[in-house]
Amino acid sequence: MKRNLREQFIWLLIAFGGWLIIDLLTFGGVINSFMLTIITMIEINVILAVSLNLILGISGQFSLGHAGFMAIGAYASAIITQSLPTIWGFFLSIIVGIVISSFIALIEGIPTLRLRGDYLAIATLGVSEIIRITINNLEITNGPKGIYNLPQFSNWSLVYIVACIVTLIIVNLIHSKTGRAILAVRDNEIAASAVGVNPTKYKVIAFTVGAAGASLAGSLYANYIQSVTPGDFTFMQSISVLIMVVLGGVGSITGSVLAAVVLGVVDTVLQNYGALRMVLYSLILIIFMLFRPAGFLGNWEFSVKRFFTKQKSSRENKS
Amino acid sequence: MNLLEVKNLTKNFGGLTAVDDVSLHVADQELVALIGPNGAGKTTIFNLLTGVNTPSSGTISLKIDEKLQLLNQQPVSKIADLGLARTFQNIRLFEQMTVLDNVMVAMTSKVSENPLSEVLRLPSFYEKETQMKDKAIKLLELFDLAESVDQKASNLAYGQQRRLEIVRALATEPKLLFLDEPAAGMNPRETAELTASIKMIQEKFKIAIILIEHDMKLVMELAQRIYVLEYGRLIAEGQPKEIQNNPEVIRAYLGGDDLELF
Repeated sequence: MKRNLREQFIWLLIAFGGWLIIDLLTFGGVINSFMLTIITMIEINVILAVSLNLILGISGQFSLGHAGFMAIGAYASAIITQSLPTIWGFFLSIIVGIVISSFIALIEGIPTLRLRGDYLAIATLGVSEIIRITINNLEITNGPKGIYNLPQFSNWSLVYIVACIVTLIIVNLIHSKTGRAILAVRDNEIAASAVGVNPTKYKVIAFTVGAAGASLAGSLYANYIQSVTPGDFTFMQSISVLIMVVLGGVGSITGSVLAAVVLGVVDTVLQNYGALRMVLYSLILIIFMLFRPAGFLGNWEFSVKRFFTKQKSSRENKS
Repeated sequence: MNLLEVKNLTKNFGGLTAVDDVSLHVADQELVALIGPNGAGKTTIFNLLTGVNTPSSGTISLKIDEKLQLLNQQPVSKIADLGLARTFQNIRLFEQMTVLDNVMVAMTSKVSENPLSEVLRLPSFYEKETQMKDKAIKLLELFDLAESVDQKASNLAYGQQRRLEIVRALATEPKLLFLDEPAAGMNPRETAELTASIKMIQEKFKIAIILIEHDMKLVMELAQRIYVLEYGRLIAEGQPKEIQNNPEVIRAYLGGDDLELF
């Protein structure tokens, strides 16, 4: 029990340490406001990648619909904070976005999660496009013009905290009874149902939690960038999150976080190269995939518990 | 009242009748064997009983709280929940998961846990996790697998994988355990160990077992009653002694009919 608390405490310490470093660097003038924008976008990408990895890596469902759920969150926040421009209005809008996304994920998941592999990818892509086109044609969303001049409620430190909480929730979920059942369904659906695990139920849980994460990221995005247009949430947005997950290692949450950070940095560095940027970016991706087809980390996870038991045993070996 | 009551079970795959009007029953704590030549429909019967396939006609009922409850049309996971556990002819483990997790997954429906306490790591989460873990390790110890709890299931030796499948099935706290060719691919020593294990399961867990097996030595040693299938039909039923001397069974296995022609 004590040990378990210590483990969670160490995680908290690591998260706080990261926050402190960024804060001090900003204070000391090392990080300018341009870099802070990049950091915030990376943090949003961490939320997106981790939540997609729950669907793709942990539950093994190939979803290409992440942009759709992100759009729901973004537009929920945009519409609500326009008429209710307070921080509480913003929090309310986050919750509204999550509720709508979860509901849509639920009614989308129950019929489509019977499909496998590419068929599921196409079905989820379809729903995502339906969401985008609906937004494009509604009055309340201001059609293709989008919504501008939103109040800026999210900043790098709020997004940082939310990213840590989302990651913690998803990691805790994976290492629980529910997570074990989700992994079991991924590994062998027939055997899972033969031991009393209902495959559809656990696939839908993973899909819904992942969708809620995407919606949350969307809300934070909208109120950081201060504008939303339907064009922000096309197929390409889903693909760019997919790239992070695949590059980091499908099934490794540590990998998703790492990939979101690395790709964010690479993208920034390449901005100096103008038109060559996309070519270099693609080249880097291809080279990575050639040399590490399983992603940066495969399905390896960083674990505080393992880290400390290893240190302890090596110390004991020495003495 | 019998634990399992199957009446007039039939399954057609297109024009083929894989299981034809089979009626059978299993009493509490009984060990019944299902034998027959390849393609006789033994595994299809298992699939029908555990809900993987739906019967074309006939009824399957299980005794629950002293009442027979119909199992037809129930989803596989629900049937497993009601107390029917199985192993597979071709091993189906959760290969990427550890041995311990393989067993703990099987307890999913038996332990109720609040999602909030899972995500927030409340004390009740650790309590339940420890309970499940202790129970799983006890089960694994019974089958000599306690040393490999942290190994990936796919890294186990063949015989260990077979045993792990049995442990996983037992972790669902079944009333009735289906073993589909548990000795397939085992050497004589492993088969002898398995025979002892199955006896132990029956005595220790006080559950009924239905066994499909081609190893006649194992069947004759363990089974209290035997059903013989051929082309989807039951051709004989009885004690091991009776089955060994039943002319129908000898014909099905050795082709006695043709012998008379000469």
